[in-house]
Amino acid sequence: MTGFMTLLRKEILRFWKVLLQTIAAPVLTALLYLLIFSHVLEAHVQVYPGVSYTAFLMPGLIMMSMMQNAFANSSSSLIQSKITGNIVFVLLPPLSYLEFFLAYLVAALARGFAVGVGVLLVGVFFADIEMRHPGWVLAFALASGTVFACIGILAGIWADKFDHLAGVQNFVIMPLTFLSGVFYSIHSLPAFWQSVSHFNPVFYMIDGFRYGFFGQGDVDPWLGMAVVLPFALLLAVATLMMLRSGYKLRH
Amino acid sequence: MRGLEKHYGRVHALRGVDLDIAEGEFFALLGPNGAGKTTLISLLAGLARASAGSAEIMGFDVTREYRRARRALGVVPQELVYDPFFTVRETLVFQSGYYGLRDNRAWIDELLANLGLADKADAYTRVLSGGMKRRLLVAQALVHKPPVIVLDEPTAGVDVELRQSLWAFIRRLNQQGHTILLTTHYLEEAETLCERVAMLKEGRVVALDRTADLLRGAAERHLLLDIGQQPLPEFLRARLKGMEDGRHVLDLPDFSELETILAGLRAAGIGVRDLALREVDLEDVFLKVMRGGRA
Repeated sequence: MTGFMTLLRKEILRFWKVLLQTIAAPVLTALLYLLIFSHVLEAHVQVYPGVSYTAFLMPGLIMMSMMQNAFANSSSSLIQSKITGNIVFVLLPPLSYLEFFLAYLVAALARGFAVGVGVLLVGVFFADIEMRHPGWVLAFALASGTVFACIGILAGIWADKFDHLAGVQNFVIMPLTFLSGVFYSIHSLPAFWQSVSHFNPVFYMIDGFRYGFFGQGDVDPWLGMAVVLPFALLLAVATLMMLRSGYKLRH
Repeated sequence: MRGLEKHYGRVHALRGVDLDIAEGEFFALLGPNGAGKTTLISLLAGLARASAGSAEIMGFDVTREYRRARRALGVVPQELVYDPFFTVRETLVFQSGYYGLRDNRAWIDELLANLGLADKADAYTRVLSGGMKRRLLVAQALVHKPPVIVLDEPTAGVDVELRQSLWAFIRRLNQQGHTILLTTHYLEEAETLCERVAMLKEGRVVALDRTADLLRGAAERHLLLDIGQQPLPEFLRARLKGMEDGRHVLDLPDFSELETILAGLRAAGIGVRDLALREVDLEDVFLKVMRGGRA
């Protein structure tokens, strides 16, 4: 347990020491999205009755920031350790692959949550937000954060250089999160794209998370969780199996 | 180690290594680059997995009982690695924690003092000089007081003074009962420090003996004889290995033969202008073994 707690502490301290870059910067980015989109669309778009566009946007932005930062934390920590070689410091001690996994997972969730709470705290100055179902908010945050933390671990271990990671970030994470209904309701899309959206697991994450705030969503939150939770578990198992195999870590 | 083999794709890095290192020994593993030294260490440390064979540390199998095996082992890696996000002390506190040690302050302070890093305890690792980073790696390897310590080229790029103090420290650890396994390119280090030596070539152990026996077995003591322009008498011809700076290089496997040689020269009326003895060192043995001879 001490081994796991130490690795977790180290991983949290790692991003905390550079919080301007790891927490403040993504909060500012989310704030800029909020300012620009709400300024342009506030008067033109109302997705749910009684919910302003700015308020509608908030949960999506929070979730998107959480997911991107959970991914960034585990992936960048691992690739940096691999490239600088200091990954041996955690490979030499008697840490199990489960401890290794949990430490990177929880640290990634911690950074995601820190950014998410930051965006929320800034957001309350711009929109009236209430949280009707905090349980759903937490459940979707946890499950979705886990998904992206796992993708981060997988990508961080697989990547041989920063370029590989940038590829995953820009060609997988960004399109999945941007095209998942952060900025719009899929009901506003043409029928074809509505159907396509249903194959994007991130759509269910954003939608379920938003349901937690407004009590309204594009799909039932139970259905959303029925998609997201197995997906998170599948990725967690895949990540554990990869770690156990020693792929790219223990030759 | 029993029948230890390792393939990396088509590369056969280790081809069946059997090696026993006794508790408390100071053991050197020598070999040219690519001989498999670092691979061997990686297998012991769990950084790589053997393709065949097995290895135990203090009786614990490195794969089946990896937790106990790793707890018994401290490794100073060859590359000068460090985590730039943290200070020297933080690095050592984390490393202790990975081994399950919650409060290790007293030992960390002792390590810092012994390795000359006490005044750098709160400095970020990225500002340390190369030599200091190397010493920090040594401290990290010792943080959990492992009974077995592996040093992979620990003095590469370290200045002479520092090397001496590092060896004094390691020697003290050995005297306290720690088993030391060392790989080094500085053969004189192995010669002065290590009781036993194994030489590795292309993934095989090609020589394994007590350092002293290895040197003796090489039987390459030379007598350098300067007799000016006078011809070498007949009875010494068989010993002649060659010429060096106008001196005859003669084989002298047994020291007591010197008396006979000098008497023979006197009898032949040949005056000796200068003579010198050259003892074989580990480097000679090493080169001989690597060229294909047995030590």
